[in-house]
Amino acid sequence: MTVPVRAVSARGLARRYDDVEAVAGVDLDVEPGEVFGFLGPNGAGKSTTIKMLCTLVQPSAGTATVAGYDVVRQRDDVRRTIGLVFQDPTLDGYLTAEQNLRMHAELYGVPKAVVGDRMTDVLGMVGLSDRRRSRVSTYSGGMKRRLEIARGLLHAPRVLFLDEPTVGLDPQTRASIWRYINELRHREDITIFMTTHYMDEAEYCDRIAIIDQGRIVVTDTPEALKASVGKDRVQITTQDDEAAMTALRDRFDVAPVLAEGQVTFAIAGGEGFVPRLFAELGVPIRSVSVSRPSLDDVFMSYTGTTIRDAEAAGGSNQWVRMMARNR
Amino acid sequence: MTTGADRFAHDVRAVRVVWQREMIRFFNDRLRIVTSLIQPVLFLFVLGTGLSTITSGAVHGLNLRTFMYPGALSMAVLFTAMFSAASIVWDREFGFLREMLVAPISRWAIVVGKCLGGATTASLQGVLILALAGIVGVPYSLTLVLTVFGELLLLAFTLTAFGVMTAARITQLQAFMALNQMLLMPLFFLSGALFPLSNLPAWLQVLTRIDPLTYAVDPVRRAVFAHLHVPVAAVHRLNPGVSWDGWRVPTWLELLIVAGMGAAMLGVAILEFRKAD
Repeated sequence: MTVPVRAVSARGLARRYDDVEAVAGVDLDVEPGEVFGFLGPNGAGKSTTIKMLCTLVQPSAGTATVAGYDVVRQRDDVRRTIGLVFQDPTLDGYLTAEQNLRMHAELYGVPKAVVGDRMTDVLGMVGLSDRRRSRVSTYSGGMKRRLEIARGLLHAPRVLFLDEPTVGLDPQTRASIWRYINELRHREDITIFMTTHYMDEAEYCDRIAIIDQGRIVVTDTPEALKASVGKDRVQITTQDDEAAMTALRDRFDVAPVLAEGQVTFAIAGGEGFVPRLFAELGVPIRSVSVSRPSLDDVFMSYTGTTIRDAEAAGGSNQWVRMMARNR
Repeated sequence: MTTGADRFAHDVRAVRVVWQREMIRFFNDRLRIVTSLIQPVLFLFVLGTGLSTITSGAVHGLNLRTFMYPGALSMAVLFTAMFSAASIVWDREFGFLREMLVAPISRWAIVVGKCLGGATTASLQGVLILALAGIVGVPYSLTLVLTVFGELLLLAFTLTAFGVMTAARITQLQAFMALNQMLLMPLFFLSGALFPLSNLPAWLQVLTRIDPLTYAVDPVRRAVFAHLHVPVAAVHRLNPGVSWDGWRVPTWLELLIVAGMGAAMLGVAILEFRKAD
C-alpha cells in the first residue's frame, strides 16, 4: 500500500452563479475515517460545495479530489466511491425498500453475489429489516431518511456525503439518526462528510469547518474551537439595550452584540463578572445568564453573528442555493 | 480503472434496471391499466356504434367498429406511452430522477431504459385492446397479433422518445400534460385513425400526410385488413393507404419513417440529458 489518500481534498474550490459567488475559494483536507462537519447557515455555500465534491456541479475555479479521484476529470470514479444522501428525498415511493435498494445496487454495479448480504446488512444497521418488503410511500419521514442512509452505504462507498441528514426531523428521530451514524463509523471503514446547521449536531464530528458567505472561516475539532473562544458567554436583557451596549463598550471594554433580543458578549470568568455588571452598568437589568462557550459562541466569535441571524440575513444567498438545487 | 467493454456492460445493466422499474410500476398500478383502456374502448364501442347508425350500420359491408379498430389500438399506445414519458417529469419532481442522474452510469442508459420501458408498457396496453379483436369482427390470428404487436412496439418507442425529449426541458408535470394534450389530439385526429385518408379536401390531405402518426396507424390497418374477408371495393374505399402525390407509400417505408423519427428524438433526448445536472 502507498500513502493513504486523503478522503477529500480541495484547493481554491469556487463556484459562481452569474454575479453571485456562492463558494469563494475553499481549501480543505479530510483524512480517511474522519467524521467531518461542514457548519454554516443556510445559503453559506455548504450545499454548493458538497455538490462540487460529489461531481454534481462543476467548479468554476480550483480543484478537488475525493478518495484520490479528481472531481472533474474522474467523475465516474468519484461517483462509484461515494455515497450520497441529499436533503430532499430521492426514493421511489412506489417501490418497496428492497426494490429501491436492488435498483441502487444495479446502478452502482454491485456484484450480484454480494447484493443480498449487503442489503441485509445495511437494512439491519438502520433497523428497517422487518419493513423491507413495504412500499416506501408507507414509511415515516425518519424511516425514509434511514433508508436513504442505508442505500447510500449499499455499494460500500469510501466517503459518505450527508447533506443535512437530520433537517426537518423531530428531535427523537434526529437522535436515532445520529445513533446510526455513530454506529456506522465503528462498523465500516468509512469517512463521513456532512453538512449541518444544527450546532448541537456539529459536536458529534471529529472536526468542523465553519463556512460563512462562501468562505471557510476556521477548521478544527469542536473542543479546540470552543477552547479558542476562551471566554464565557453572558446574555442579558435590559430596559434599554442601546444604552446597555454603549455602557458595556465604554466601561467594560467588551464587544456586545444584539442578537435575538438579548445583549450578548463574551468575557473571561463570566460568573465573577455578574456582580460588577449589576453595580456598574447603570441600566436596569431584567435577566442574566452565563454559559460556557458552545459552538454557537464559536460561530459567533468567528463570524460576528449567530447562525440564526446569519440565516435570516442570507436571503439573497438562499436564492442562489435554490437555483443550485434546481439545476 | 475500467475498460470500454466493462463500462458498456455496466450501462446495459443500468438500461435493464431502469426498464425493470417501469415494469414493476406498471403492474403495481392496476388502476392506471384500466383507466388507459377507457378512452380507446369508448372510441371503439361508443363512438363506433353511435356513428354506425348514420352510416346505416356498415360501410361497404364492413362494420365501422372494425374500421376504427386499428385507430383504437394506436390510441391505447399513444396515451400509455405519453404517461410513461410523463413519469420522468414525475421522477424529477419527487427526486428519484436524481438518484439515477448521480449514479456512475452513462446518461444514455437512463434515456434508453425509459424509452424501452415506455414502449413495453404501451404495447402491453395495446395487447389488451388486441384481445378485443373478436368482438369487432377481426379474426384472431397469430401472425396478425405478432405483426401488430411489433408495429405498436415501434410506435410506442417513438412516442416515448418524443415524450422523454420534451420531458428533459419541461420540469413541471402540469405543463407537460398540457403540452401533450395540445399535441396529441391533433396528431390523433389527423392520423387516419378515425376516417380513411382518401377523397379528402386538399388542405386536410396535406395535414394528414405531415402527421407522423399517420405512418404508424396505416401499417396497423393494413395488417388488420389483410386478415379480413371484405369486398375489394370496401378495401379500396376504407384502406386506401397513404399516398404521396398518387404514389402509395409502402409499409416498409412507413415503418422506417416512424423508426427514423424515434431514433432522432432518442438522440436529442440523450443529448439533453447529458447536459442535465
